[in-house]
Amino acid sequence: MKDWLLKYWRVLNRPSIHFSFGFLTLGGFIAGIIFWGGFNTAMEYTNTQEFCTGCHEMRDNVYVELQNTIHFSNRSGVRAKCSDCHVPHEWTYKMARKMAASKEVWGKIFGTINTREKFQENRRRLAEHEWARLKANNSRECRNCHEFDSMDFTRQSQRAVQMHSSALASGEKTCIDCHKGIAHELPDMSGVEGW
Amino acid sequence: MNKLLMTVLITAVAGLTLNAIAETNGKNIANLRGNTEITKESKAPSLYPVENTDIKQQRAYPMQPPLVPHKTDNYQVDKQANKCLSCHSRRRTEESQAPMVSVTHYMDRDGNFLADVSPRRYFCNQCHVTQTSAKPLLTNQFVDVDTILQKTLKKAEH
Repeated sequence: MKDWLLKYWRVLNRPSIHFSFGFLTLGGFIAGIIFWGGFNTAMEYTNTQEFCTGCHEMRDNVYVELQNTIHFSNRSGVRAKCSDCHVPHEWTYKMARKMAASKEVWGKIFGTINTREKFQENRRRLAEHEWARLKANNSRECRNCHEFDSMDFTRQSQRAVQMHSSALASGEKTCIDCHKGIAHELPDMSGVEGW
Repeated sequence: MNKLLMTVLITAVAGLTLNAIAETNGKNIANLRGNTEITKESKAPSLYPVENTDIKQQRAYPMQPPLVPHKTDNYQVDKQANKCLSCHSRRRTEESQAPMVSVTHYMDRDGNFLADVSPRRYFCNQCHVTQTSAKPLLTNQFVDVDTILQKTLKKAEH
């Protein structure tokens, strides 16, 4: 093992014999662009609706439920797709979430929720993961669109103003504390705080 | 001769009546389809926005289930969760400042008090409904019981 590593180190450490300095720097630069672009494009593809609903687990359960909600169809025609809420938009957080999503690939391979019954059984557990995630990051994905500073309280209903101007403004509560089940059906809520 | 005359008369009267019915159906009385021809699709009436004022409305009679003065779009009320009770249940009203469901909702049909909302009162929107800003198709002729009582009192005074 040590010899093998040493051999490769020597190759890397030696000046190039056949390729010019210019070829190596420019070539490396161009290859870098291609690989980096390709990587980000591939990652962006995993953020699309087609990718998410490519598996029946998502298409037949959560995607169907989303279609009835205001986040899917509304008067102004703005739609929040899966990744808008479930994947952070900033690059570092996005990478962390994508790495965590490898567990979801595991779930897909071993069929953790491959039937409706299994999905219903796991719904509470899965929902709790998302609630915990959004609670921990102060509902970052909600705030990508619903910015507190842009809220016009005069255009909200009285009870919304009351809640938003007190609990949300003081930071005591975050979006997900009250707005659960806004895009998908709720699981059995017995014992959940606030229900 | 008499018989023949009667038959002719009856036929004539029947014909006139049928003609009259047909005429009123066609022109004067609007049915649910409006005046759209039977072979054509009638235009659906537009939807009205739900009242979202958060102001309690007066009840028409003491036992009327209170109206919901806010939107309830996509409120989940089923075996899993009850969105209404997440504000209106006994445990939640302090934080939400929403009116608590009345004590009758915590009683079974024999009048025994239960720890939580009775299953027979669980489905809120069976009785409590939202209102829209739509104009009523017919004028409502409902008279409040107080009005009736006052009328009777006035009559008795005279």
